Amino acid sequence: MQKIGVFVCHCGTNIAGTVDVKKVVEMAAKEPGVVHAEDYQYMCSEAGQSKIIAAIQEKGLTGVVVCSCSPRMHEATFRKAAEKAGLNPYMVEIANIREHCSWIHKDMQEATEKAVILARAAIAKVNLNAPLKAGESRVTKRALVIGGGIAGIQSALDIADAGYEVDIVEKTPSIGGRMSQLDKTFPTLDCSACILTPKMVEAAAHEKIHIYTFSEVEKVSGFVGDFTVDIRKKARSVDMDKCTGCGVCSEKCPSKKNPSEFNRGLGNRSAIYIPFAQAIPNVPVIDREQCIKFKTGKCGACSKVCQAGAIDYEQQDEIVTQKYGAIVVATGFDMIKLDKYDEYAYSQSKDVITSLELERLMNAAGPTGGHLERLSDGRAPKNIVFVQCVGSRCADERGKSYCSKICCMYTAKHAMLIRDKYPDTNVTVFYIDVRTPGKNFDEFYRRAVEDYGVNYVKGQVGKVLPQPDGSLLVQASDLLDNRQIKMEADLVVLAAAIEPNPDVRRIATMLTASIDTNNFLTEAHAKLRPVESPTAGIFLSGVCQGPKDIPETVAQAGAAAVKAIGLLAKDKLLTNPCTAQSDELLCNGCSQCANVCPYGAISYEEKLVNDHGIRETRRVAVVNNALCQGCGACTVTCPSGAMDLQGFSNRQIISEVDAICR
Amino acid sequence: MQELRDRVKELLADGTVDRVLGWKAGDLPYNPEAAYFETVESLDEFVYNGFCGANLSKMMIEASKLEGKTLVCLKPCDTYSFNQLITEHRVDREKAYILGVGCKGKLDMEKVRALGIKGVEQVQGAEADGDAEHLTFQTIYGEKNCSYSAAMLERCHVCKGKEHRIYDELIGESKETKDAERFTEVEKIEAMSPEEKFAYFQKELSKCIRCNACRNACPACSCRKCVFDSTKFDSAQKANVDSFEERMFHIIRAFHVAGRCTDCGECSRVCPQGIPLHLFNRKFIKDIDTFYGEYQAGSEADMRGPLVSYTFDDIEPGQTAERG
Repeated sequence: MQKIGVFVCHCGTNIAGTVDVKKVVEMAAKEPGVVHAEDYQYMCSEAGQSKIIAAIQEKGLTGVVVCSCSPRMHEATFRKAAEKAGLNPYMVEIANIREHCSWIHKDMQEATEKAVILARAAIAKVNLNAPLKAGESRVTKRALVIGGGIAGIQSALDIADAGYEVDIVEKTPSIGGRMSQLDKTFPTLDCSACILTPKMVEAAAHEKIHIYTFSEVEKVSGFVGDFTVDIRKKARSVDMDKCTGCGVCSEKCPSKKNPSEFNRGLGNRSAIYIPFAQAIPNVPVIDREQCIKFKTGKCGACSKVCQAGAIDYEQQDEIVTQKYGAIVVATGFDMIKLDKYDEYAYSQSKDVITSLELERLMNAAGPTGGHLERLSDGRAPKNIVFVQCVGSRCADERGKSYCSKICCMYTAKHAMLIRDKYPDTNVTVFYIDVRTPGKNFDEFYRRAVEDYGVNYVKGQVGKVLPQPDGSLLVQASDLLDNRQIKMEADLVVLAAAIEPNPDVRRIATMLTASIDTNNFLTEAHAKLRPVESPTAGIFLSGVCQGPKDIPETVAQAGAAAVKAIGLLAKDKLLTNPCTAQSDELLCNGCSQCANVCPYGAISYEEKLVNDHGIRETRRVAVVNNALCQGCGACTVTCPSGAMDLQGFSNRQIISEVDAICR
Repeated sequence: MQELRDRVKELLADGTVDRVLGWKAGDLPYNPEAAYFETVESLDEFVYNGFCGANLSKMMIEASKLEGKTLVCLKPCDTYSFNQLITEHRVDREKAYILGVGCKGKLDMEKVRALGIKGVEQVQGAEADGDAEHLTFQTIYGEKNCSYSAAMLERCHVCKGKEHRIYDELIGESKETKDAERFTEVEKIEAMSPEEKFAYFQKELSKCIRCNACRNACPACSCRKCVFDSTKFDSAQKANVDSFEERMFHIIRAFHVAGRCTDCGECSRVCPQGIPLHLFNRKFIKDIDTFYGEYQAGSEADMRGPLVSYTFDDIEPGQTAERG
């Protein structure tokens, strides 16, 4: 029989405000095995922990239940305290009477009743707890960064500067990401390429950084400190070692009318192409869908003109398998599709564009050479309307419920740049709110209004109607003047919501990293662990975690790098002892557990077993404890109950349920 | 049947197989029982007729441990179970010689009794190779008749088809006997209110005497040690609680075989209390079909069922929860 101590925390008024903690102590003391029960204002404080240590030592406790906040907050704290007192840390259980109880109830009687039940369940579990010992695992001193935008580049640079090898895997033919598509950056208006390109070059030249462009992560196995990743290097059809980047192949390529991804489809590129002038690597890639050689077997112009003999039509995808200690996810974002926003006529008119398309139109290297003109007729627009929050802060399912955060600032930037370069242009911005919290941000926005004469109107645009003469009729409301507006525009720019790169779902699944309903990766703790995924060894960099601008992205990329470095600096990690074990006498050898194991931790072997005197060779499951993460999928799949999870055994869970239902 | 018996004798005599797993006559004309035959002479007792409903697949688990090959007679629907057992590494394909036997629907003596035919001494028309549309019974009350179809097992009315999914050799004709929809009964229960459902299952399951016939006949219930018998779990003790059978046993069993049950119908066939146990399994099958696309366990060997594989298209737990 265990000797259990129960410690009930007030958490100030967080718990004690809704739960009668004295009552919980009184009821817990009556439970089987409980020899000590007390309450205290802050159990996690030094004084609170001393109470636990004292009780363990004085009363010889063999088990501890702390009724407090979520185990995610303080389980480690209380386990350490128990260990200090000489108790096995895995003999401590937490009854979460804060997040699961006091915070979600208003009625004290109800909340107290529930807190008592939660305590009872934890006590029932501790009665069946057994001491566990953590093992050790090694750390591979190499990091993987998924995504080669500014976030990925910054994380990679910081990790590499600390002396660790880093691989960047980028899906597109060049690193650079969204930032490379931008013209100027707020709030300083310096040229995006001018500040990004040196970073790209630095990453490419860094002896510790290896860049895989036109590549994708295909498979991830393993766990913190010891991930094994398959990277698919898609066939570029160009030999990276031979190519000199002269660009003659692109010039001579007869298939030229392919929409350029880099220019958001506003311009064309050849079938063999380098996405943009500063691309790294400066090696083209053949778009096999568009290439005449691949489509018809005839052509081969690029191969003929290539002095270096770098064109290789036979090139195949290649799988590179590499081990990593840490993985940084920096998969970035894209604009949402606007096909459901017919009221803005985005699909109907060439002169209704997104902000990112405007970036390309204003960029000197863009499809118009930086000359702002209407895509329909090439005329210079005289009246430009910006529409904010297209799909952001959206109540219906066409858009996103969140604020995309960057639109207010980039629209102020666009408006200001246009007014500066084309002073005879009228610029109107329709907004719901203007949100400019950030260093020098509000000053920037006010400059747009006060110094550059941008016309800001509080109100939403209801409809954009293309007119027979080619102009656009904008219908909107002015909420401050309480009137309806009809105005003519030559160009309408939509601040479309941003969303995580759609690939992130696939990647998160491979990494077993959780994502929220908007497909943003979830942090381990919204406030205290904002750059770590709840999955150990996975770190979050940039917009994949939530909307943010460049300075925030770079800051977070650095923070993610520091966390990764902290991990890589360790030689060994303690492993979670709560892993699965198979009872070979109960195992049927059916393989269902191996099928559901997301970590590939279960294998089968033919083993001679002695089942109560019957000696026979049986096919039985064997768990690799280094790979097992203790998720428990095998235990619920196993029909005979041969699989059990240490620390969360079937008996323990059933006894918790029994205690709750008693 | 003579052709079948001769062929079986031949295969045993020439050493192709070391024993035969089939049926021999029981003490009544309608209760043949599963049997091993190890000599050619003993095969004179071998029978195969409309009452040979037993699915012999499960017996191959033990037969796989014996020296040499075992010939097993499998009807089309039994082969699904055999495939599933191969998938789960419970039988050894190399140790089996599968003789696919023809089937024109198997008979259910309970149905015959329900038609008022009792005290049966002899039956005509139940031969495996005849094409009699009617059954004739000599009873202690005189001669009685009924149509073959009216006496068929429930599972034969929703027959999965006359194709053997795995075999070494085929003998005898099979007949398509499907004349009802598989999920009709499930849909009726789904349409009930929660209270009605509870009352329905309580009424049915309270008949259970925990004889374990369903568990013992079920090819999916093939655990070396059933959780209900294991001292490692508290469920063994819980079996003593009054309402356990009503509330737990069959539900847990249905969960344990979910995604693996081929809908062979043995559970209901062997239940001495006539509980429609197959309905639980069929509800799971229907849900699996709805959520993951049509899936028939055992239609091929070594298939990976939807409940033991993860794909990116898998339904979100929230959606299933909403559906209730």
